[in-house]
Amino acid sequence: MALKIEQDRARYRQIIRGRVRKNLRKFIAHGELIGRHGKDLVSIPLPRIEIPRFRFDENQQQRVGRGKGRPGEPVEGDEEGDGGGKAGDAPGEHIVEEEMTIAELAEILGEELELPRIEPRGRHVIRSSKPKLTGIRRTGPESLRHFRRTYRAALKRQIAAGTYDPARPVIVPTREDRRYRTWQPKTQPHAAAVIVYMMDVSGSMGEEQKEIVRIESFWIDAWLRSQYQGLESRYVIHDATAREVDRETFFRTRESGGTIISSAYKLCRDILDAEYPSSEWNIYPMHFSDGDNWSGEDSAECVRILKDDLIPRSNLFCYGQVRSPYGSGQFVKELRDAFALEPKVALSEIDDRDGIVDSIRAFLGKGK
Amino acid sequence: MPSARPSLPRYLREIQTEVEGYARALGLEFFPVIFEILTYEEMNMVAAYGGFPTRYPHWRFGMEYQRFSKGYTYGLHRIYEMVINNNPCYAYLLEGNSTLEHKIVMAHVLAHCDFFQRNRWFVPTNRKMMDEMANHATQVARAIDRYGQDPVERFLDACLSVENLIDPAFPFQPSARRGEAEPEEPAAKEVPRLPAKPYMESFINPPEYLERQRVRGEEDRARSKRFPEEPSRDVMLFVLNNAPLERWEQNVLSIVRDEAYYFFPQGQTKIMNEGWATYWHSEIMTKKALKASEVIDYADHASMVLATAGGRLNPYKLGLEMFRDIEERWNTGRFGKEWEDCDDMDRRRTWFRPTGLGREKIFQVRTVYNDVTFLDEFLTLEFCVEHDLFSFGYNAKRKRWEVISREFADVKRALLQQITNGGNPAIHVADGNFENRGELLLEHRHDGLDLDQRWADETLGNLAFLWRRPVHVLTQREGANVRITHNGKEARTTGA
Repeated sequence: MALKIEQDRARYRQIIRGRVRKNLRKFIAHGELIGRHGKDLVSIPLPRIEIPRFRFDENQQQRVGRGKGRPGEPVEGDEEGDGGGKAGDAPGEHIVEEEMTIAELAEILGEELELPRIEPRGRHVIRSSKPKLTGIRRTGPESLRHFRRTYRAALKRQIAAGTYDPARPVIVPTREDRRYRTWQPKTQPHAAAVIVYMMDVSGSMGEEQKEIVRIESFWIDAWLRSQYQGLESRYVIHDATAREVDRETFFRTRESGGTIISSAYKLCRDILDAEYPSSEWNIYPMHFSDGDNWSGEDSAECVRILKDDLIPRSNLFCYGQVRSPYGSGQFVKELRDAFALEPKVALSEIDDRDGIVDSIRAFLGKGK
Repeated sequence: MPSARPSLPRYLREIQTEVEGYARALGLEFFPVIFEILTYEEMNMVAAYGGFPTRYPHWRFGMEYQRFSKGYTYGLHRIYEMVINNNPCYAYLLEGNSTLEHKIVMAHVLAHCDFFQRNRWFVPTNRKMMDEMANHATQVARAIDRYGQDPVERFLDACLSVENLIDPAFPFQPSARRGEAEPEEPAAKEVPRLPAKPYMESFINPPEYLERQRVRGEEDRARSKRFPEEPSRDVMLFVLNNAPLERWEQNVLSIVRDEAYYFFPQGQTKIMNEGWATYWHSEIMTKKALKASEVIDYADHASMVLATAGGRLNPYKLGLEMFRDIEERWNTGRFGKEWEDCDDMDRRRTWFRPTGLGREKIFQVRTVYNDVTFLDEFLTLEFCVEHDLFSFGYNAKRKRWEVISREFADVKRALLQQITNGGNPAIHVADGNFENRGELLLEHRHDGLDLDQRWADETLGNLAFLWRRPVHVLTQREGANVRITHNGKEARTTGA
């Protein structure tokens, strides 16, 4: 039985949602939600919502306690992080942690940035099936016995046989009266997607630049995960050469050396060739760099690989150019010249953390 | 909920009968008590609803529920007992507790019921509140159906914002003063003279006397033009009677006000009530109901209930020890003029004049006192020293809570200040037609503590929403008189 209070809780959650939405840009720019998330839940620090009342200034108010301590000494057991939340934080401002699922957060992101839903491309190849209770039959396991239908059948039989006495309404089901639920497997179309994150880890990409990529990829992941039931992420880092790494290494690695972007695109192509046929997968290559490529020749090579291999099979190719202390390179310009009319390419330049929101919108606002 | 639920299992019914027997024999009096077993989710829900199974829809109950649920999941706290001041009393037992725990809770609850029934501050409360709350829920739900969730919620938020602005003395006033206006007497225009022969006139009606009478007459007339004539502590009632509210709004406001008055005595007697219940459950358990096999578990439970965490005062423990102290003092004759006048510490320590009046005294105390009068009268220097009490406050510079004083007078003052008027600032309506512009002027009787500014601003905003005109409050800030004004859009503080 659902408790009555669930209504009130739902309303409260709605209010919390409103607050998160209002502060979403701040949360995104600060990146404070990332690293606060477990498997499905993100814990969001918000000022506690309270109904205002006339009350005393807590700074002036004295309380009474018991225990040791001379005047001027701190109250015992009131060390940092102890004392029931009162300690440490200044009075008046109580922060509570509200938990939210990543899916919910993605939904808020979608509302706030007005992101269009993604129409999965191509045939819905992958189907998953799960059982669904559909009807009634006369045989089956006892655990699926339909209580009410069984008694109804018994009642019908007794009335027909004339053994039913309304004054003493006793109904005894026999074996033939028993009714059981039946099920049928139901298949559901299931769209899967893969994101291949590529990042330039050459010397010019500093910590801050990587942090920006990390924040942005968290939100892109969250959004695409809300759009596809199955989402896989692959990570490729490159300087002059490219290699595939796991998520942790992706954000931690820092190399020196130069930058040959085509190496990453080639590796991306190889991964897709080997594991992700475009007939079954929605494909999202995403590349982040400071745009400082080794040579114009390599950039031309990149454009060629994109045009011939990556873009035709992808839903969307995204390139985000993060401004580094050494300035911003030419690469975004070259891509813009080459793909000005290509709808499956999204480009954005990210100057700093405040630019993340617009970049997310540039990438995901196409609804592809 | 009560009807949909199977009654208490037989073994618990037997325990209830047993414990009620002990309690009656010890002199406790209580309404019939109905125990129900709740799952922890239901317990959290009922706790969020302030003890009732049904309240009107509002998000703050959802917030509380979520907080309780989280606390339970992380094992931070568990709600052991809950009891409603109602006739019959409803009390809840937590499913999955041990038989011993149920027994303790029952003993505890019976003492609460005795307190509800016999303490005089509870006398005016509605003893059919269970039904009343359900009525309130229906009425608010109907308003939501009719006028939509958002306006009703907005209005409820505003009402709740002023729910502590009620008059603690109101329920005890004769009904004539409860807002029903007395018929106006036309003010005499001329100063009445005492009849006197002309030659005696200047002696019998001296000019100074006539002048005094005239001034008083004018003051009376000025007062009758003032609105309200007397400052009113019941701000909610004043708004209810005088703000241009819709019918449903009046209804909602008066619901919130009724509930505020219902809950007020509980806040007013928290220390006594918990102390009383703990005193009696420990009497009943240790002297009557406890089986030898249960002693360890009982001690474990007791140590948890009476724990002092992080130097904070535990009302269960303070109240319990005060009652024990009072009983001890009255048993040994430590009261009366001779005792009060005795300065010899040695004599005081060894004072022993057996009177056996202790039990009788604590029953009397539970009947006529509330927390403020209780502590004012029975918190003694000896008690304060023996229990290591101190006052503490927040040191903003060092960002920590610090011990301020161990002086008895300081501790007592801090304690009383913390609980006087339920810990709320004393605020009354000074003028309902401020500067003849229909604005509402409140006045804060400042007794050493400033108002929290941000909260005052927001509360005034809600009040302006109810009053539909600007509202003001006179108060002090850092020693200077100030007036905070809210015009419905923003708050402003000016010197006054």
